[in-house]
Amino acid sequence: MMNQEITMEEILGHDVARDFTDEAVLDIPAPLSDKIAFEIRDVDLFYGDFQALKNVNMDIRQNAITTFIGPSGCGKSTLLRCLNRMNDLIESCRVEGTISLYGENIGGNNIDVNMLRKRVGMVFQKPNPFPMSIYDNIAYGPRTHGMRSRAKLDDLVESVLREAVLWDEVKDSLRKSALALSGGQQQRLCIARALAVRPDVLLLDEPTSALDPISTSKIEDLVMRLKSTYTIVMVTHNMQQAVRISDETAFFLLGEVIEMTDTKSLFAMPTDRRTEAYITGRFG
Amino acid sequence: MNAIRKPQVRRVRIKELLMKIIFLSAALFSTAAVLIICLFLFARGIPAINEIGWLNFLTGTRWKPSDVPPSFGILPMIVGSVYATGLAIAMGGPVGILAAIFISKFSPPKIRRFINAAVGLMAGIPSVVYGYFGMVVIVPAIGNAFGVSGASLLAAGIMLAIMILPTIIQLSVSAIDAVPATYYEGALAVGATHEQSVFRVVVPAARSGVLSAIILGVGRAIGETMAVTMVIGNQAVMPDSLIHGARTMTTNIITEMGYAVDLHYDALIATGVVLFVFILIINFSFSILKNRGIKYDGS
Repeated sequence: MMNQEITMEEILGHDVARDFTDEAVLDIPAPLSDKIAFEIRDVDLFYGDFQALKNVNMDIRQNAITTFIGPSGCGKSTLLRCLNRMNDLIESCRVEGTISLYGENIGGNNIDVNMLRKRVGMVFQKPNPFPMSIYDNIAYGPRTHGMRSRAKLDDLVESVLREAVLWDEVKDSLRKSALALSGGQQQRLCIARALAVRPDVLLLDEPTSALDPISTSKIEDLVMRLKSTYTIVMVTHNMQQAVRISDETAFFLLGEVIEMTDTKSLFAMPTDRRTEAYITGRFG
Repeated sequence: MNAIRKPQVRRVRIKELLMKIIFLSAALFSTAAVLIICLFLFARGIPAINEIGWLNFLTGTRWKPSDVPPSFGILPMIVGSVYATGLAIAMGGPVGILAAIFISKFSPPKIRRFINAAVGLMAGIPSVVYGYFGMVVIVPAIGNAFGVSGASLLAAGIMLAIMILPTIIQLSVSAIDAVPATYYEGALAVGATHEQSVFRVVVPAARSGVLSAIILGVGRAIGETMAVTMVIGNQAVMPDSLIHGARTMTTNIITEMGYAVDLHYDALIATGVVLFVFILIINFSFSILKNRGIKYDGS
């Protein structure tokens, strides 16, 4: 008699009803995570006397793709470079306000900037593989952080190259110079290099602006895959790119964030006239 | 309109042609100088070597031009040159490269300007002044330390190490400065420290330039004459110890050129031929390295 009491849930070990629900919503994008990676509050940034960012406030969601758009010199790359404190390299640069990563203020003097940059990786506009082998490019970061075991490095190199969808193209030439790769492959290698230190966040500074359309679409596909594991913040000049891949978009103008919301709404019904003028191509 | 402008055009053309000829002859002059030097050196040196015998000349260990019959073996001088140059590179190379790394990547601008000026001045000091410094400082120091006269291979090596520093430092600094900032940023972006970025990415990226600097340093050291003459002790014997006197190819020539005649004179020129071949090899490897250098523009 007891046998008849057994439900499907007990047999499969989990709630069957949820499976069906999941299937039903497969075509609808998964709801954005509520977790916030970066909280940016009242950030002003100065290069000497010039104010490059004015009172910037925004939340950057975990496991989402956030893009920054806006005309050249609007401060979008500047803000991106605040997120891993790359601006520290510029002597005249001064940041006010707070930027927190999972609640921890990253601006303080007590922050280990190198550890921050390990957690917040960055990929640059122009592919910049080091002039060494493909393998050594990937292994550079982990070695820097003390990984010495050959076997572990081998595994890591393979897995990040697979993550970056580059493995099949380079698996037979890991010892060859990275400079021999094509521009698009170099950029995927740079993404792989950034992933090799297992960051939480990946910053991409116009990663496809130096690439041809096919390489660009490969990178876009890659970035969309990566968001399930990483939080991604990307600067782009290409508005179609922002529409194609991003979940949220911030529009910058003259150092201010004019508008930030989910990408669909921003492009479908911008609330600010300046945003509308920019995305419809009236300036920029 | 045409009738008015034509003569002017012609005048411009003639001027251009004239200037081209001037530039060309200036360029040809330096090439010709090298060729003529080559020609005269080999024209007198090669017959002398033939007369002495190639094996006797290059591998002979006795240099006794006034004996009857004379011996013209320059192996002691070749070995002396190689030792002195090797010592100079072994000491001056690391110091020069580390100094270049400091200047390029660690020094604040003010200190960088100061060091650059000092290094530039070093390059301009006449070699006889270095020689004087060697005679009054390095030679007595070695003499006191080891209880010998002090004029020795070691003294020459130390002095040459100092003399090649400007060459190595200046060229290495340019090589390191030429490494794109994007490499440095790329290394920082995976969490490397400044030191890790510099030593594991930036300097290795400049390696061909740094190696070129070393090779030019070798060229400078092997060709240096006056200063070496003043500190090396100048004994034409196989070097048996770093703290004993020796002789290099250059000092062999300068010491005896004043009174040599006939075959002795030609044997000195033949020493110059061997030195010249060394310099050719050095320059050749330098140009190979330069061409093999990394093209930084990856895309």
